[in-house]
Amino acid sequence: MAEPMLQLKNLSVSFDTKNGEVEAVRDVSLTLNKGEILAIVGESGCGKTVMSQSVLKLLPKTSRIKQGRIIVDGEDITDYKEKEMRKLRGGVLSMVFQDPMTTLNPTIPIGKQITESIMKHNKISKEEAKKRGVEMLNLVGINQPEEMFALQPHFFSGGMRQRCVLAIALASNPKILFADEATTALDVTVQAKILNLLLDIRDKTGISIVFISHDLGVVAKIADRVAVMYAGKIVEIGTAADVFYDPRHPYVWGLMAALPSLTKAGACLATIPGMPPVMLNPPPGDAFAVRNKFALAIDYAEMPPMYEISPTHYAATWLLDEKSPQIKRPILLKRMDQ
Amino acid sequence: MNAEMILSVSQLHQHFQINKDLTIKAVNGVSFNIRKGEVVGLVGETGSGKSTVARSIMGIYPATQGEVYFKGNKITDKKVYHQNKEDIHNNMQIIFQDSAAALNPRMTVAEIILEPIIVNKLMKDKNKIQQKLDSLLLEVGLDHTYKNKYPVEISGGQRQRVAIARCLSTSPDLIIADEPIASLDVSIQAQIITLFQKLQREHGFSFLLIAHDLSIIKFICDKVAVMLNGRIMEIGTTKEIFSHPAHPYTQSLLSAVPVPDPIYERSKVLIDYDVKSANEEAEMVELSPKHSVLNNFQSFVLQKSY
Repeated sequence: MAEPMLQLKNLSVSFDTKNGEVEAVRDVSLTLNKGEILAIVGESGCGKTVMSQSVLKLLPKTSRIKQGRIIVDGEDITDYKEKEMRKLRGGVLSMVFQDPMTTLNPTIPIGKQITESIMKHNKISKEEAKKRGVEMLNLVGINQPEEMFALQPHFFSGGMRQRCVLAIALASNPKILFADEATTALDVTVQAKILNLLLDIRDKTGISIVFISHDLGVVAKIADRVAVMYAGKIVEIGTAADVFYDPRHPYVWGLMAALPSLTKAGACLATIPGMPPVMLNPPPGDAFAVRNKFALAIDYAEMPPMYEISPTHYAATWLLDEKSPQIKRPILLKRMDQ
Repeated sequence: MNAEMILSVSQLHQHFQINKDLTIKAVNGVSFNIRKGEVVGLVGETGSGKSTVARSIMGIYPATQGEVYFKGNKITDKKVYHQNKEDIHNNMQIIFQDSAAALNPRMTVAEIILEPIIVNKLMKDKNKIQQKLDSLLLEVGLDHTYKNKYPVEISGGQRQRVAIARCLSTSPDLIIADEPIASLDVSIQAQIITLFQKLQREHGFSFLLIAHDLSIIKFICDKVAVMLNGRIMEIGTTKEIFSHPAHPYTQSLLSAVPVPDPIYERSKVLIDYDVKSANEEAEMVELSPKHSVLNNFQSFVLQKSY
């Protein structure tokens, strides 16, 4: 039986601004199992970062968790205060951000930045911490870790810096790693190596990973399960094969059709018309309805519930209702090996 | 393919002297040609010098060595540049990656788009200028309500549209786009690419597209040049490069592009390329008239026909 490491139950997060309430995350429920990589895909502003930061409680004071529970490893942390969160951050929950240069302190040697997190969470001596730090650098694939230990971040290339950030994040054996666009700022060749590294680390340590990205290609490589978010809600969730080979939500169809790599060269690229919505006073119905050519009248009035397609695959669209007209789903992805 | 040559770059070098001991050689002998109506892609990793090439062509950086010919005029020569100043200003335009930084925050959309026309004195009649503005906005998919907005009031995709309208305002023969869609959302990226495609077909301008995303290059370009460390590793038609990559670096780059197909993506083998294994001294070898490769790797077997 899979062991749930992270559970979000009907989580809603809002920001209070002078123009009103911005509903960044709306009624999100999901489960992350031990040793699983869950990818969260969506455009900017769809709430994927807010969702992950609300688990770590890194959001500014203008935000509040409106409803829902956050359960980490069987423990309800929804009402945890800063003092209790500090013990969790780095120890149980860890996060890797997009830009390694702003994450690392440019004036402190890499080694010290790694041992800092180890010494905070474990009562061990400096020598032991250093030993563990060198081990971590080895794990993330940095050559000559002893020599690199004393160097400042500017000696490293972008990919190496992201490896160092990963080493810091993994140093105190966290149970859940949040990787927020962790490979977006990197070149494709470096990105491919970091992704392989993450898969490798998962196999070695059994860590659970929440991988946030907007790149469907990257997600296809790394994710066991995929959740697609739009306007603060999960519109489709399922295993990677479910979502890539059998997508049900029209937004996911649009996203896939808009990928140049799936379109023949010279042909016209399909686009999703319009803009992602602003989450200030969101519409009552399906937020995607205005950009959706398959939209039904009910889409504008009422939010669609999550329909179960298979025990692993859920989607929130009225098209799956038995009363809705039958729409021939576009075949988007033919398997490359067939 | 014997169309008029719009841009010809030969042995372009661009070195930046940081201090007495350190000179950064950003571009080291880059040569390529762009014909009329051709879409050329320039790919490479960060720091490979692709943006520097664009800026050197535009004359933002004076070239250290080498020549750039625009419509047969050697514009790296100061004298020739000044003689043909008007022609160059009207017919060569650039779009930058970060539209928020490229557009003046204190000017309205209308002022931004019309500035090149007014500065270059292309039109005098005020009514005609307004008509031109309306047609430009329409072409890039914005309506007239945007005229009086400031860049901060509109989204990234719309700002990039304004930048495109501005660069189209002088009806240029060559547009250089330096990572025009890298900072946009996936669904907006597709919108901007189709816009480029549509405009290119309608206006027939030549287009130098700089990007790190190979899937976009493959989609839109006729010709591709792959850059690494300030040199072109491989240049050829898009079809040739993507179906028969000859240089190991191109092969490794192509193998690293993520494909949105879980089963394929997981069984894929990465090809690794060690930059240090390359020879310093190397020459471009022509594999076919449409495909050349830099011969700086050991395991190279010259295959003339495949």
